[in-house]
Amino acid sequence: MLSSSMFHRGLRLLLLAAAAIVGTLGASATIASAQSDDEAIVKGTITDTDDDGARVGVAGVVISALDAEGTEFGRSTTDGDGNWSIGLSAGTYQILVDVDSLPEGVSLRNPDKNPAEVRLIEGDEKSTLFPLGEALVESAGGVRVIQLAVDGLKVGLIIAMCAIGLSLIYGTTGLTNFAHGEAVTFGAMAAYVFHVVGVFGFRMPLIPATVITVVICGASGGLFNRLVWAKMRRRGASLIAALVMSIGFSILFRYVMLFQFGGRAGFYDDFRLQTKWDFGVFSIAPKDIVLMVLSIVVLVGVASALQFTRMGKAMRAVSDNRDLAESSGIDVERVISSVWIAGSALAGLGGVFLAVTESISWDMGFRVLLLMFAGVTLGGLGTAYGALFGSIIVGLFIQLSTLVIPTDMKNVGALIMLVLILLVRPQGLLGRRERIG
Amino acid sequence: MDWGAILENTIRGLIGEQFIYFALAAIGLNIHFGFTGLLNFGQAVFMAAGAYGLSMAVATLGLNFWLGLVLGIIVFPLILALIMGVPTLRLRSDYLAIVTIAASEMFRIIARSPSLDRWTGSSDGLTGFANTFYELSPFDRSQRYFFGIFIGNQMWVVLVGWVAVVLVSVGVWAVLRSPWGRVLRAIREDEDAARSLGKNAYWFKMQALILGGVIGALGGMLRAIGTQSAQPQNFITDVTFFAWVALILGGVAKVGGPILGAAILYGILSFTDILLRQMVEAGIISTSVMDGTQVGQVRFMLIGLGLVLLAAFRPQGILGSKEEMALDDR
Repeated sequence: MLSSSMFHRGLRLLLLAAAAIVGTLGASATIASAQSDDEAIVKGTITDTDDDGARVGVAGVVISALDAEGTEFGRSTTDGDGNWSIGLSAGTYQILVDVDSLPEGVSLRNPDKNPAEVRLIEGDEKSTLFPLGEALVESAGGVRVIQLAVDGLKVGLIIAMCAIGLSLIYGTTGLTNFAHGEAVTFGAMAAYVFHVVGVFGFRMPLIPATVITVVICGASGGLFNRLVWAKMRRRGASLIAALVMSIGFSILFRYVMLFQFGGRAGFYDDFRLQTKWDFGVFSIAPKDIVLMVLSIVVLVGVASALQFTRMGKAMRAVSDNRDLAESSGIDVERVISSVWIAGSALAGLGGVFLAVTESISWDMGFRVLLLMFAGVTLGGLGTAYGALFGSIIVGLFIQLSTLVIPTDMKNVGALIMLVLILLVRPQGLLGRRERIG
Repeated sequence: MDWGAILENTIRGLIGEQFIYFALAAIGLNIHFGFTGLLNFGQAVFMAAGAYGLSMAVATLGLNFWLGLVLGIIVFPLILALIMGVPTLRLRSDYLAIVTIAASEMFRIIARSPSLDRWTGSSDGLTGFANTFYELSPFDRSQRYFFGIFIGNQMWVVLVGWVAVVLVSVGVWAVLRSPWGRVLRAIREDEDAARSLGKNAYWFKMQALILGGVIGALGGMLRAIGTQSAQPQNFITDVTFFAWVALILGGVAKVGGPILGAAILYGILSFTDILLRQMVEAGIISTSVMDGTQVGQVRFMLIGLGLVLLAAFRPQGILGSKEEMALDDR
């Protein structure tokens, strides 16, 4: 890993050096002119307006060419003048700007047109433009807050869905399950396999793929509990040993997924590029509205299940006081098993939702895990409703914090919030003092 | 298959640079976890503090190398320990775990952020801060040393590293036999009891966090010097768990544990790494199963699997004793 990344770095430096040499020769030819065996070239210039209104090239922006499956065929990094070009064979490609590589305070003017589709025939040399600047909707001062709040609510709902399992597993077993993030990634990838890759040559639309994924995630969560954690509990393993094990599983699963999936980002075919609906004060893609409504339905369903069903009540009882629950006749192991199944299924669904609004990557779950921890800690570790409220607040906070801090560092805001909560009210909003000592 | 190269790489893993960086990180972790019972999952950030303390001082701010040394080994880890320790050390141990792992993620985001490129060099990191160190080298940089395994500059890093490992270990051994060290163990065994004897458990835990962090920072700084660059990907979250596996493998709460563990771990990792690479190159493993980049990922899978198996079946490691095992009695 290290040596390969150093190799890539060396390669990049070499390319940059080559670009600099070509540049000083005064040739307008770009890097790709060296790639003579490519049939076609897609290229462009990324520029921004400086304070005096002059156009200046933006260096270091990463642009990649993907096919419909999300396989990467080439990538380019803009040089000092903002020029980029990728040599490709004939075909249809999605040209994607890595938004994370854009400099501070700069974003695409039409984020909907990223990725842009290009069709190349042999000998083609096509230009693709990605204008930079404030997105049109965001340009009005007061409105940006609303836009960010809507985005934040969406993120928060998804985090909440993922986090309920984390919190309930903690509540019922005392295990801080660091591998829960991988359940999220697993969900996103399982749906990708059914929907995009295909099983035995059969590919299905995303919606049935999601249903199957949720079932598989629930089942594998139950199996994971049964094969590993139930045994550890029976052996009386300490919680710290279990915590260290969960970290081990987290790393193992994560790198198995990297091994299988590769490091690039993947996308579902369905609901991929949608025009946003403009509501004046904010705009939102139809798919995001559907996701938010679905999330709310699922979360309300989970909350009522916890409140009104026998199993839900038993879960809360075990969470509250395991010994008392056991002595009043609740089959604790059965409750724990249900918590694992339900929690993993929800995490899997959350993973699919996250992949629909953003993209699939091998470490998406791990990144969300830390936001889940922030949400769960804010709400109160071990409480189901706390996880819900906390996560939504974290989601809002992440998005709204971009008003003050650069977008690429928005998650830092949530993590700083986590530290501050622990300072001020370590038991969280809904937690009780006794849990923390 | 080049068995000579395989042997050379394995020996290098057992005693070479990687071993030194992670032995130091694991010794620091041993103070945290082995002797005090603190669950620090952010040792990589302490390593990064050492690396970036030095490199930012020299490469970004243009300060003197020796001043950078002080910044990286003392000042940065101290600040970091306070930030992570103040909110969490009064709470139950898994809160420190969450905050330290969150700190690792914060480091990754901040260090890679292009908006701070001027300070940190973002994903490319910083270079050109270690010249003073190599100027002191008594070895000829064009020569090979130690049966031809290390070239001059590496030999210098390895020599300095070994001296550091030995000195730090002797220091840890001495410190932990002192009354101070006994208080740490008392806190690990029963914090309430230690507190009822009038010991300020919070403050002792903070001191342990700082001391272990400083040792980790030394490891990280040596890593930056050895690779002559401070890059975010060398200090990502998963790096912490190399130190954890080294620690648990060798034996928690034993002074020699981290050293033995790091040597064995890097022996195994270097061996499997070069073996797999050679097998891929020789076509024994077809590229449809695994290619060159994927070999690097196998190393992380082994770490994850190792952590699971050790925690489940032999939490006390090779040298450790079950009685002194913090994994079991808290």
